Amino acid sequence: MFAYIVRRLLWAVLLLIVLSMVTFSIFYLIPRLGGATPETLATRYVGRAATPETVHLTAERLGFLDPVPVQYWHWLKGVFVGADFDYGAGVEHCPAPCFGYSFITKQPVWPELLDRAPVTISLTIGAAIIWLVAGVSIGVISALRRGTVFDRGAMGVALAGVSLPIFFTGLIALAFFSYKLGITAPGGTYVPFSQNPALWAYSLLLPWITLAFLFSAQYARLTRAGMLETMSEDYIRTARAKGLPERRVILKHALRGALTPVLTIFGLDVGLLLGGAVLTEKTFSLNGLGKYAYDGIVNGDLPKILGVTLVAGFFVIMANLFVDLLYGVIDPRVRLE
Amino acid sequence: MQTVSNLRERRLPTGSEGGVGMTTSALRDLANRHPDRVDKQPFLEVVDLRVHFPTDDGLVKSVDGLSFALDRGKTLGIVGESGSGKSVTSLAIMGLHTRPASEQTRPGAQLSGEIYLEGDELLAKTPEYVRGLRGKRMAMIFQDPLSAMNPYYTVGHQIIEAYQIHNPVNKKAARKHAIDMLGRVGIPEPSRRVDAYPHQFSGGMRQRAMIAMALSCDPDLLIADEPTTALDVTVQAQILDLIRDLQREFNSSVVLITHDLGVVAELADDVLVMYAGRAMEYGSADQLFNRPAHPYTWGLLGSMPRFDRARSERLLAITGSPPSLINVPPGCPFHPRCAYAARNGGLSEEVRPELVPVEPGHIVACHLSETDREQIWEHEIAPKL
Repeated sequence: MFAYIVRRLLWAVLLLIVLSMVTFSIFYLIPRLGGATPETLATRYVGRAATPETVHLTAERLGFLDPVPVQYWHWLKGVFVGADFDYGAGVEHCPAPCFGYSFITKQPVWPELLDRAPVTISLTIGAAIIWLVAGVSIGVISALRRGTVFDRGAMGVALAGVSLPIFFTGLIALAFFSYKLGITAPGGTYVPFSQNPALWAYSLLLPWITLAFLFSAQYARLTRAGMLETMSEDYIRTARAKGLPERRVILKHALRGALTPVLTIFGLDVGLLLGGAVLTEKTFSLNGLGKYAYDGIVNGDLPKILGVTLVAGFFVIMANLFVDLLYGVIDPRVRLE
Repeated sequence: MQTVSNLRERRLPTGSEGGVGMTTSALRDLANRHPDRVDKQPFLEVVDLRVHFPTDDGLVKSVDGLSFALDRGKTLGIVGESGSGKSVTSLAIMGLHTRPASEQTRPGAQLSGEIYLEGDELLAKTPEYVRGLRGKRMAMIFQDPLSAMNPYYTVGHQIIEAYQIHNPVNKKAARKHAIDMLGRVGIPEPSRRVDAYPHQFSGGMRQRAMIAMALSCDPDLLIADEPTTALDVTVQAQILDLIRDLQREFNSSVVLITHDLGVVAELADDVLVMYAGRAMEYGSADQLFNRPAHPYTWGLLGSMPRFDRARSERLLAITGSPPSLINVPPGCPFHPRCAYAARNGGLSEEVRPELVPVEPGHIVACHLSETDREQIWEHEIAPKL
């Protein structure tokens, strides 16, 4: 068991390195296919008005003139041992793990990531709890009342939830609940948990519910399908034949089997969102990892993009590992001997 | 596999009419349907049971007017092809069919008739009342013990659950009882195996565990739905022995549902032959095996492979396939497949035969005259069995 976890963690490291290589290559090589030069890249940092000499100097200083593998090597070395940067105003040391300096703000990426992670984590965990509870309960009730008004209604709303993008539902919700009714916090509000837990919850309530609406719809459908399948299993008939109350048959015997696929998706979803709920954070102006990534992409700021990509990759890989381990707890048939 | 001649030899010395005599009056009454019978109450009595399922294609009449009775400590074998209504009958007794309009995932069943468990009419009772009886007074063993046990819980947990729901004991006592039950059904090292999961058991062990679960509350009625069908032949015999031994020990009544006449010969006191949701023939095992009176029963007996017959000889297979339960043939439901229907001058095609006694405690639904029947049995069927 322990060896299994260690092996999975080593794989995770390898996977993250490959992920960074791919991101790095995409950032540098794809624009070159379109005829871009290192100077084109550098122009975006010094502005179009700069002289060719300044542009060239900047490109040189940022290391854009080195071959891509060398640039990657510098970056990778920085992650493990730190690096020194020269932005023209003297050499600055960036301690490990160094994900580089933002081209634009000239701030090191790692402290920024640490700074913004709590926002994203708060957003994700809160929403995940809401959508899991709501989605699974609605799914179970829908399955048990298949074909009734509740089932049809819930599945109709679920379809809407799956199809409506968050920047639509989010803006509608903001306009209505925050600005018209004034019962939820306006966009851009975030109070750290350590400062005031009540205000923290209040500030995130609307993003949570909006994000959870999107996901619980999917979970309700998934749970419903799973329940319909397990309810027709022979062992459900056995449980009834034993004289168990129907409630126990459903919650103990049927739900457990139905939850396995739900759990798989849950792990992936939470992992993905932890790496940055881009649309939600943008919609509600929350300064989380997603917004950070968005800013990086808009400005072509490679260190930011790479940093968030790796953090996201890390969360997805961890979530997957966690789900795999949890499988063994939920389903004894996959337990490692 | 038992051969018919072997069965007959087995049955002849022990085939006393005593066991059957106990239900003779009940059987006669069932055949004639006297509602005012009060003298003797069988342990389990099913009167004119009908189980219909409304579907998009029409009404599926899975069980259509079935009656039988079972005394305490006796075994009734219900025999028939797939889709003859055997399992549907057992689920009806257990109250495991869902009524229409209930909020369930299975299509609702329409049930009518009466099911008496020691005088208690179950169909009129609330689902909650019947639930209290399930597992405690009547229990069931299913065909495939792998799918019938929940893969997510240990075997012990599932037995403990069955015991605790009907007995106010703590977890420790229930666990002790579960280990005890596993030992009684012949599982080695029960105190260790109690914590194993169903997939860690072999097929035979799983069925033993199922039996332990079913018997954990010492039920008076045990319904075994094809208990050996999914098992190896060698294991089948062990399981049948186990059921017989436990039945004696617990003095339970057993309803044994199977398509395997060998299994019936092994265990049953009485046999009910079902076809298209109806009883075709009903009598003691001795009567059914030695003096079968219905062409369908002849067909079932003739379909059994035997060692003592030349290989070149064909089995007396029943031609055709079971009828649709939506459009059951008029008259005798078996007539399209019956080799002797033509002898009855159109009666088989048009009139549904009533169950009539051919000897005490032996009733048959067939239009064949007594002389025809005896002649066919003696000259055409018996020599080939």
